[in-house]
Amino acid sequence: MNRRNFLKTAALGVGGILLPAKDSPASVWDAFFQKYYREMNDKEKKDVVARLEKEYEEKYKKHIKVKTNAPLPKVLYGYGLDLSRCVGCRRCVYACVTENNQSRNPQIQYITVLQFEQGEKWVSDLEESNKYYNPETVPAPEHFYMPVQCQQCEKPPCVKVCPTQATWKEPDGIVVVDYNWCIGCRYCMAACPYNARKFNWGEPTIPVDEINTETHYLGNRPRIKGSVEKCTFCIQRVRENPGRYPACVEVCPVGARKFGNLLDPESEIRVLIETKRVFRLKEELNTQPKFYYFFSL
Amino acid sequence: MTLLQFIRDLFKEITKGNKAYFVWLGLLSIVMLNALVSYIMQLNNGLIVTHMRDQVSWGFYISNFTFLVGVAAAAVILVIPSYIYHFKPIKEIVLFGEMMAVTAVLMCLMFITADLGKPLVAWHLFITPNFPRSILMWDVIVLNGYLILNTLAVFYVLFSAAHGREYKMVIMWPLVLISIPWAFSIHTVTAFLYNGLSSRPFWNASITAPRFIASAMCSGPALMILVFQIARKVSDIVVNDKAIFKIAELIAYAMGINLFLYASEIFKEFYSQSIHLAPMEYLFFGLKGHTLLVPFTWVAMVFNLTGFVIFMSPKLRNRFLFLNIACVLVFIGVYIEKGMGFVIPGFVPDTLGEIYDYLPSYIELSLSAGIWAFGAFFYTLLLKIAIPIYKGELSFLSHNMRHSLRDLHKPAVH
Amino acid sequence: MAGKLVYFLLLVVVMVAMPVYSEAQDNTTTMDNLTENDIPKFVTTKPQFTEGIFPCSNCHASMTPNRQRRELSFHTEIQLNHAKRQRWCLDCHDADNRNVLKLANGDHVTFEESYNLCGQCHGNIFRDWKTGIHGKRIGYWNGDKTYYLCVNCHNPHSPHFKPLKPLPMPAHPQDVTKVKSTTSIEVDGRKLYIPVYEK
Repeated sequence: MNRRNFLKTAALGVGGILLPAKDSPASVWDAFFQKYYREMNDKEKKDVVARLEKEYEEKYKKHIKVKTNAPLPKVLYGYGLDLSRCVGCRRCVYACVTENNQSRNPQIQYITVLQFEQGEKWVSDLEESNKYYNPETVPAPEHFYMPVQCQQCEKPPCVKVCPTQATWKEPDGIVVVDYNWCIGCRYCMAACPYNARKFNWGEPTIPVDEINTETHYLGNRPRIKGSVEKCTFCIQRVRENPGRYPACVEVCPVGARKFGNLLDPESEIRVLIETKRVFRLKEELNTQPKFYYFFSL
Repeated sequence: MTLLQFIRDLFKEITKGNKAYFVWLGLLSIVMLNALVSYIMQLNNGLIVTHMRDQVSWGFYISNFTFLVGVAAAAVILVIPSYIYHFKPIKEIVLFGEMMAVTAVLMCLMFITADLGKPLVAWHLFITPNFPRSILMWDVIVLNGYLILNTLAVFYVLFSAAHGREYKMVIMWPLVLISIPWAFSIHTVTAFLYNGLSSRPFWNASITAPRFIASAMCSGPALMILVFQIARKVSDIVVNDKAIFKIAELIAYAMGINLFLYASEIFKEFYSQSIHLAPMEYLFFGLKGHTLLVPFTWVAMVFNLTGFVIFMSPKLRNRFLFLNIACVLVFIGVYIEKGMGFVIPGFVPDTLGEIYDYLPSYIELSLSAGIWAFGAFFYTLLLKIAIPIYKGELSFLSHNMRHSLRDLHKPAVH
Repeated sequence: MAGKLVYFLLLVVVMVAMPVYSEAQDNTTTMDNLTENDIPKFVTTKPQFTEGIFPCSNCHASMTPNRQRRELSFHTEIQLNHAKRQRWCLDCHDADNRNVLKLANGDHVTFEESYNLCGQCHGNIFRDWKTGIHGKRIGYWNGDKTYYLCVNCHNPHSPHFKPLKPLPMPAHPQDVTKVKSTTSIEVDGRKLYIPVYEK
C-alpha cells in the first residue's frame, strides 16, 4: 500500500466502511437498521427487497429479482451423491458458483471435490484427501472422488452456535443465512464439520455478464463483505412450484447427483435410500445430514 | 470540592509525570495509532488483509482473546486470599489486580471486535441473542458481567478513598462473592466455546476448561508480579514482598496442575494413536512436512517446565532475579500454549483434512500490538490516578483536609 | 409451446403407464408377453445422431440387407466396443427397417425409446434409471422431468465414459489474494471467468 492509498484509506476512516458513499443517506440508514429477516412482516420484506433490488441495479446495471418464497408445505429436501459415478470433473463446482453468484475474487466455492487414492484411508480420515488435484483428465487412474458441500444437517451445529440467530434451519430443511444479520464472528465455520461455510473475506465480485438475476433473499442474491454464506440447495430454484433441480444436479455429466423430497416415498432420494447402500459423512457426530452418499455399483 | 474540580484534579494527575512516563505513553500511543491505521485498512478491505482463510477461520485475534480471558480471570488469585482469608499483604494490592482484570476484559472485547467481519452490526447480538443455545452469547454475557463487577469494585474502593472513607464490607462482600465464581465462569465459558464443537477433535476434550483455568492462574499472576514490581519502582505504590512471594507460590501449584492436565491430554492422544492425533502431531512434530508451529510449541514447553521448576523451589522463587525470569518464561509459555498453540491446531488439519500453515499477517500483528498497547496505556493511567486516590492524596475533600488525611493514611498503607 | 404440450401429454401417459408397468414388472420376468403399448414412454432428450445420418432409410431403403456378420466397409468410424464378441450391428438394428431398433423378442422400438433396448441386458440399471437413481434427469423435482437417454451419456457402440478434462482446482488459501489476471474458459458452451493466480 503506497502513501497516497494509505492517506485515502485513513481519510475515509470509519465513514468509508459503512456503505458505498454514493448511496443516498436514507438508504444507508435503512440498510444499517434493516430488521432480522424472520421478524419482518410481508410489507417489511417487500420494502427490503425493493431497496436491495435498487441497490443491485445501481451496482450491476441489471435488474436482479430478489424472491422471498416461503418453504413449500410437506417438503423436506434431501440429496444423494453417487460415489460410484463421480469422476471429479468439478462441473458442479462451477455451475454452483455461476448459479449462486459466488464471489469470483476472492474465490468462494461451496463444493469441494476431494480426491482419494484407491486403497487409502478415506471417509473417517479425510487427511488423505487432496482437493488440489489437476491431472489432464479425470478420473485419474487409481483414484476416486468425493464432493463435499453443505450437508443440510437436521441437527446443524452451525445453527446452534450462531450468537445472533442469523443462520437457521427452515421448515423444508434448508439451513440458510440472513447475510445482513450475520455479524461475521465465524463461530459457525468453526462448528461446521464439513467445511461447508464460506466467509466473504473481502468485497465479493461477480462478473456482470455472468450474474444470475433470479435470486432469493436467503440464497444467491449478491453478498456483502464480512458475512458467512453457504450452499442452500439452490433455494431460488427448488422453492418454486414446480421447483427446479439444483444447478449441480443438472450439470453433472455422469448423473451422480440426486435430489428430491424426503417425505415423498416416490422421490428418487427416498428410493435410493431404501434400495442402495448409503452413508452420511461423519455420522458419528450425530449432525444427521440430509445429504446421502451412495454406491450404485 | 465539586465533581468538576475532582475531574480536573484527575486530569492534572495524569498529565504530570517524569520524562520516562511520557516517553512510555508516547511509545504506546504510536503503537496504538499504527493499530488504528491497520484497523481502518481492515475495515475497508475486509478480513482478507489477515492471513485467516476458510481453512483457519480464527487466528491471532481469537488466540489473544483466549489468553486474555485467562489474565482477566486471574484476578481471583488476589481476591480469594484477600477477602476470604484476609491475607493483608495481598489485600493491600487487590485493587490493582481488579484493575488488571478490567483492563484485560476490555482488551478481550477489543480483540473480539477486531475479529468481527461486520463490527458495525454487532448490536444484533442484543436484538436476537441466541441464548442459551450459543456459547458465544454466554461469553458475551459473562465477560460484560465480569467487566461490570470489577469496574464496580474498583470504582467503589476508589470512590470511598476519594471521600476519605474505608470501603464498607457490606457493599464489597456481595461483589466479591459474585466475582469469584464469575471469574471461573468467564474462563470456563470461554473453554466451552471450543469444547462444545464436535467438529474439532482437538478442542472437543473435556479437559479443556480445567486446563484453561489452571493455565490462567499461571499467566495472569505472573504478569501481575512483573507489573507490580515495575509499578512500585516508578510510583509510590507500596507492594509488600510477602504478597509477591505468596502469588509466586500459588503460581507453582497452578503450573503443576496445568502441566499435569496438559500431560494427560498429550498421553491420551499419543498413546491411543487415533486419527484425532493429527492436530497434536502438527503441534509437536509437524504434519506431512508442515512444521510451522513446532518450534513455538517446544519453546512453550521448555519455558513452562523451566518456569515450573523455578516456581517449585522456594529458594529460587524468593529471589527476584529468578522469580522474574520464571514469570517471563511462564507468561510467554502460556501465551503460546493457549493462544496460537490452542486455537490454530483446532483448524489444522481442517475438517476436510487440509493443512494450511497460518501465521498472522502484518495487519493482525500491528492491530494486536495496538490492543496490547491500549491495555498498557489504560492500566498505566488507571494506576496513575488510583494510587494517589488510594493514598488519600487526591480526593473530593478540601485541600487542607486532604493534607491531614494523607498523614493519617500513611502508616496504614506502609 | 407445442413441444411443451407434447411433453406434458407424454408425461400424463407416463404417469398413467408407470403403475401399470411396475405391476407388470413384478409379475413377469421378461418383456415377452408385453404388447408394445405396455412399454412406458419417458420424456427424454433427443438421441444424438451424426449430422445427416437419420433417417437411416435415406440410404438403406435402396440396399439389400446383408445379414452376414462381417467387418463393415461403411460406418468405419463406429468402433464396436460393447460386448463385441457376442454381438454385432443387426442384433440391435433392424435389418428390414433401419429407422427403428430391434428388441430380442423381435419387437421394434424407436431411437427415442432406445432405453427399452438397453434395458434388456442392463435390467438393474434400467430399473434405477426409471426411478431416477441411475443417469440424469433435469427439470422439476416435483414436476415434469426430462430423462437423459442412455445414449445421451453412453456411446451405445462404446459405452464406457471418456475421461474429461477437470475444471480448474480451487485457489490455495495462501494464493487467494494473489490474483494476476482473469481468463475465461468455455465449458459445455458456457463461458466461465477464472482468476489466474501467481505461482
